[in-house]
Amino acid sequence: MIERFDPFKGEKLRVLDETGTANKDLEPQLSPNDLKRIYAHMVTARTADTKAFKLQRQGRMGTYAPSRGHEACQVGTAFPLTKDDWIFPYFRDLGMYLTLGYPLSTYFFYWMGNEAGLRTPNGLNIFPLAIPVASQIPQAVGAGMAANIRKLRLAVVCTFGDGATSEGDFHEGMNFAGVFKTPNVFVCYDNQWAISVPRSRQTAAATIAQKAAAYGFPGVLVDGNDVLAVYAAVREAAERARSGRGPTLIEALTYRLSDHTTSDDASKYRTKEAVAEWEKKDPIERFKTYLIKKGLWDEAFEKSVQDASADKVEKAVAEAEAAPPPSVEDFFTFAYGSMTPNLKEQLEEAKTAKGDVR
Amino acid sequence: MNATMAQAINQALAGEMERDGRVVILGEDVGADGGVFRITDGLVDKFGRERVIDTPLAESAGVGVAVGMAALGLRPIIEIQFMGFIYPAFNQIVSHVARLRNRTRGRFTVPLVIRTPYGAGVRALEHHSESTEAFFCHIPGLTVVVPSTPYDSKGLLIAAIRGEDPVLFLEPTRLYRAERQEVPDEAYEVQIGKARIAREGKDLTIIAWGAMVPLAERAAVRAAESGWSTEVIDLRTLSPMDRETIIKSVKKTGRALVVHEAPKTCGLGAEIAALIGEKALLSLEAPVLRITGWDVTPPLPKGEDVYYPNPERIFLGIKRLMEF
Repeated sequence: MIERFDPFKGEKLRVLDETGTANKDLEPQLSPNDLKRIYAHMVTARTADTKAFKLQRQGRMGTYAPSRGHEACQVGTAFPLTKDDWIFPYFRDLGMYLTLGYPLSTYFFYWMGNEAGLRTPNGLNIFPLAIPVASQIPQAVGAGMAANIRKLRLAVVCTFGDGATSEGDFHEGMNFAGVFKTPNVFVCYDNQWAISVPRSRQTAAATIAQKAAAYGFPGVLVDGNDVLAVYAAVREAAERARSGRGPTLIEALTYRLSDHTTSDDASKYRTKEAVAEWEKKDPIERFKTYLIKKGLWDEAFEKSVQDASADKVEKAVAEAEAAPPPSVEDFFTFAYGSMTPNLKEQLEEAKTAKGDVR
Repeated sequence: MNATMAQAINQALAGEMERDGRVVILGEDVGADGGVFRITDGLVDKFGRERVIDTPLAESAGVGVAVGMAALGLRPIIEIQFMGFIYPAFNQIVSHVARLRNRTRGRFTVPLVIRTPYGAGVRALEHHSESTEAFFCHIPGLTVVVPSTPYDSKGLLIAAIRGEDPVLFLEPTRLYRAERQEVPDEAYEVQIGKARIAREGKDLTIIAWGAMVPLAERAAVRAAESGWSTEVIDLRTLSPMDRETIIKSVKKTGRALVVHEAPKTCGLGAEIAALIGEKALLSLEAPVLRITGWDVTPPLPKGEDVYYPNPERIFLGIKRLMEF
């Protein structure tokens, strides 16, 4: 299916149009239960994201990178993955974390300023999110190379934004992936803004998907506000990866409805009207309309999803806020496999340190 | 066998690949070419292209993919062709390799080795004589190792490959084939983090590493003719540093001279001088001195002799210390 959409011709994979009507040729065969789960993940992601933003404003969370508007990209990317697959995410991927079962309280730990938030629970193959832009791409490729060497049948997914495609690590990673035919699925959440710089300043190429051609593997442009399109593309790309047919680049075209982070003010560089246009294309609303048409949504279902999401988020916040801060020992213990004499000495000194940087 | 450093490193690599199927080598020209210094000679024939991997020409991705390989249970050894070409990979090393254990509180680690020839003194091209170890010693979580003998190069590299922390393994280009030494055929480890007393003495201590060690030893021979007994410490691991050996020696001799080929300012010599000041001030008979490369860009071959520390300059440093 992926190769039916030629990014050079501007063709875009879309399952749901803006009225939530499915293209029957492309519609993935998902059970009613799975469709409802996808919806629930998207709602929980939105609820958790909204809460995180408020917590930051209340001084209860550090600087936070909101995910609002990315729910279709994030949930659509994570939902087709199996527990053997790996993911190398970037810093705006809340829905992915939730869909794969990462504890929300742990995710909050990180944004509240505790490294323990990046301690992925055993059994989950989520590499810690990358803050230095695009640096996770070669790492995901290396994981793919290792999977090939070890003859493991799995897909290694890597997510990043449109800004990342300007970095050298994007080029180097894609190039390695092509050369070594790695089992990678690269998903670019093209939200059209890298902080204040629009996509037109990142690339003169008409699409990011077409860049894959230069590396010798397929690329596909998908509607990033259509969770079924993202799901279908990632599912097929992951299957290609697992069966030894090499990497795929997916450009999921969406929009960052929020500021870049809680420290940003996007009104400085974008108009209200532009944002409002994209608010109308809300990925959750579109998917909900589809569920209504399929007879899978009613007020009772909505209430149960909203209540469960709110409950999950409140519990996670309570747990995250109740957790003790990292111990002084932690900073020193995890610098090396075993503590050096120098660090032992500094630890003793640090234990006696008093005061507050503020 | 009687081996050069180049052969000893090759032996270490071959032995570890034989022992542990998780060990893979990657880098530019490491396959059929055996590396530009022939350090990986013959390994691709023995272990195949899947474990001795010629990569595209890209240092950042080279180190980046090694991180991903380590995440999936391999033990990658990446060769950076020259230290002067390591800088594109700086972000991967600093932002990921060195800190992954800490930022995931031990959930993920990167037991990998980054090998690279380093240092001047071989009349090489521009950017081929870099000695920028101090950049890397400044980064918590990274281990920086420099052998100065064939025996140590094999033992330290094996320890690096088997260890649980990422290691930057600097191979002094000048010493690859400078001398031969008896090196056991079997595997052995030289402890990382432990310095070696290359020469015992009682009047002053020289702290050196890599290609500076034999030069310091020559200067020490000359000093002996003047009646000065010089102890030479081969640091071997630059970070985390064996502070105990340095302090013990300086407390004994009362004088310290640091020799490195990197520029002086903010070089590792400054750190060692500060350490001695903190721990052994009252034992000092003279200020800690440094004989180093000058604070200039390493010159092209015609200027190399002016730049590079030599036994004469080191001897003059000894003299200043002894006559202080």
